[in-house]
Amino acid sequence: MLNFLVTFIPRAIMQGIPLLYGSTGEILTEKSGNLNLGIPGIMYMGAISSVIGAFYYETFRTSMNPILAVLIPLVCCLLGSFLTGLLYCFLTVSLRANQNVTGLAITTFGVGFGNFFGGSLIKLSNAEVPAIVLGGTSGYIKTTLPFANTTGWFGQVFLSYGFLAYLAIIIALVASYVLKRTRVGLHLRAVGESPATADAAGINVVKYKYVATCVGSMIAGLGGLYYVLDYSNGIWSHNAFGDRGWLAIALVIFTIWRPSVSILASILFGGLYILYLYIPTGTEMAIKEIYKMFPYVITLLVLIIVSLRKKREDQPPMSLGLPYFREER
Amino acid sequence: MKNKAMFHIVKREALPWYQAWLIRGAAILLALVACSLVTVIVTGLNPLSLYKTMLYGTFGTNRKTWVLFQKLAILLGISLAVTPAFKMRFWNIGAEGQVMAGGLACAAVMITLGETIKSNAVMLLLMLVVSVAAGALWGFLPAFFKAHWNTNETLFTLMMNYIAIQLAAYFIIIWEVPKGSGKIGMINQSTRMGWLPYLGGKQYAIIILIVAILTILLHIYLKYSKHGYEIAVVGESERTARYAGIKVEWVIIRTMVLSGALCGFMGMLLVGGTDHTLSTDIVGGRGFTAVMVSWLAKFNPIVMVLTSFLLVFMQLGAKEVATNFYLNESFSEILTGIILFFIIGCEFFITYKIQFAKSGKEA
Repeated sequence: MLNFLVTFIPRAIMQGIPLLYGSTGEILTEKSGNLNLGIPGIMYMGAISSVIGAFYYETFRTSMNPILAVLIPLVCCLLGSFLTGLLYCFLTVSLRANQNVTGLAITTFGVGFGNFFGGSLIKLSNAEVPAIVLGGTSGYIKTTLPFANTTGWFGQVFLSYGFLAYLAIIIALVASYVLKRTRVGLHLRAVGESPATADAAGINVVKYKYVATCVGSMIAGLGGLYYVLDYSNGIWSHNAFGDRGWLAIALVIFTIWRPSVSILASILFGGLYILYLYIPTGTEMAIKEIYKMFPYVITLLVLIIVSLRKKREDQPPMSLGLPYFREER
Repeated sequence: MKNKAMFHIVKREALPWYQAWLIRGAAILLALVACSLVTVIVTGLNPLSLYKTMLYGTFGTNRKTWVLFQKLAILLGISLAVTPAFKMRFWNIGAEGQVMAGGLACAAVMITLGETIKSNAVMLLLMLVVSVAAGALWGFLPAFFKAHWNTNETLFTLMMNYIAIQLAAYFIIIWEVPKGSGKIGMINQSTRMGWLPYLGGKQYAIIILIVAILTILLHIYLKYSKHGYEIAVVGESERTARYAGIKVEWVIIRTMVLSGALCGFMGMLLVGGTDHTLSTDIVGGRGFTAVMVSWLAKFNPIVMVLTSFLLVFMQLGAKEVATNFYLNESFSEILTGIILFFIIGCEFFITYKIQFAKSGKEA
């Protein structure tokens, strides 16, 4: 049993980290009243931007500097997801477009952008490599704490991850703290609940929406970077990231808009995602597809229960998905 | 005042329809220019031969033209299906799952009863009933919870998508032929049981015809029926609807069941009419694209023909370009995204106008 847990938990955590980044980013965004359905696309943008950066650095440099090898993909990822988030904000906040439609368009664009450049990067850059394998970059990003291998099961469960995994948890904790305990967080929640009231109280609604959504996008983008350059060892394969972006949105509901809860919940979701590998199915191979359904079913139940109980602190931000125009009050 | 606004935004009086469409047309034109710019940068092709390649990819051969119209019919059909709910401001993004549920139910009938039922007419009728019922159920659940407990429908329908997809994945493995391949293969290939008939020897003719009729029916339903009126009132203001004596809960459930049922029906057309098989990506994101098609057309079924044509044309055209240059097929999604951004953005200029503050004069 212990052996099982020692192998299972690290894999669940590694599956959960991209979801944690995605959900933390989306929670920040939704707290400002923006229901950004573009998150799946933005996570792809983050992933591919980091891959493009790392690919050019690794393929066209003869020697690699460890610090640059980590910094280049990181900066590219943040830039790519920031720009996509900015586009979403420009369309929904400044041009007052419908959030659902804009979000879906961003997802179409982002997933397409990721898969296109993932599949065509080698041809476009005229590099002489058979596939995108960024082992060097991934090696630096995956560097674990030095005593992970010598501390037995403890090291394996808690210390065997690259720095991005710990960063995800830190960001979630900080986001939780900011939302709950600071003035900025209070203002942000006010914007999400009732922008008109917030506006009347002198809060710059547009600024809060822009900053929350763009920062949220950058956090979510890191999830894409983690998936490709850490979890997949720097190997890009077509559509491998799959529907994890939607799972991150499910996680937002599951945790009832709380980044700190999301830390454990994302590991739970990650575990459910790979549970089928560990449960003896015998001849019944199909049942694993039912296991993969669990995260969505559980989320749906949470959504229903929350709406039945009508507890005010558990509800989605009041103005979620609604546009705000001061002139239309 | 220290920082006087450079400009401010004013809501327009309703624009005459031709001016609104002029703005939209200009946006599409700009989008096409942007698309060709991106393509030229990526492929190094000159813009003229780019559009020649795209035209070849869509109308180049008889076969390609049929595929274009088939894809147009399916996308248009799903867009029509989601429209009644949208007009009611019910943000159903679960068309993907509702179509999948319909397709799954349809495939179930074709596979399990393909041997026992001998008449194709009975078979088709049964397929119709179960697919419509499955789609309707997928639409009913979110509507029921929305109507009674105000459960967020966007998130609800989103979850239902993946439940349907995983359910389909489960049954695909159960039904897979040969075992271990992860695919079902053509259903009833030898008997053609449950395949929609070929009109005049053309496989896709019947689907195109059905969707064309559906377009007209839905237009009439939304514009001239009492139901259509109720939907419009609930969409404009729930309180007004209540005051006018409309049973809002009932309208929400009825309309969503209709939307779901139509989606289920499209699932049947996909499985019985075009693919003759079931896979987890049979809907291929069209449930989401349909949301955008419907919204871009301002929920007008006739205009939806144009918006879905534009998107399908770009997709197939981009695919041709991608194949010719050994690039990834996802190129079409990038172009679709660019077009959508432009059309989404241009709505602003139809609804609002920007007034620049004149110097020395109070704005």
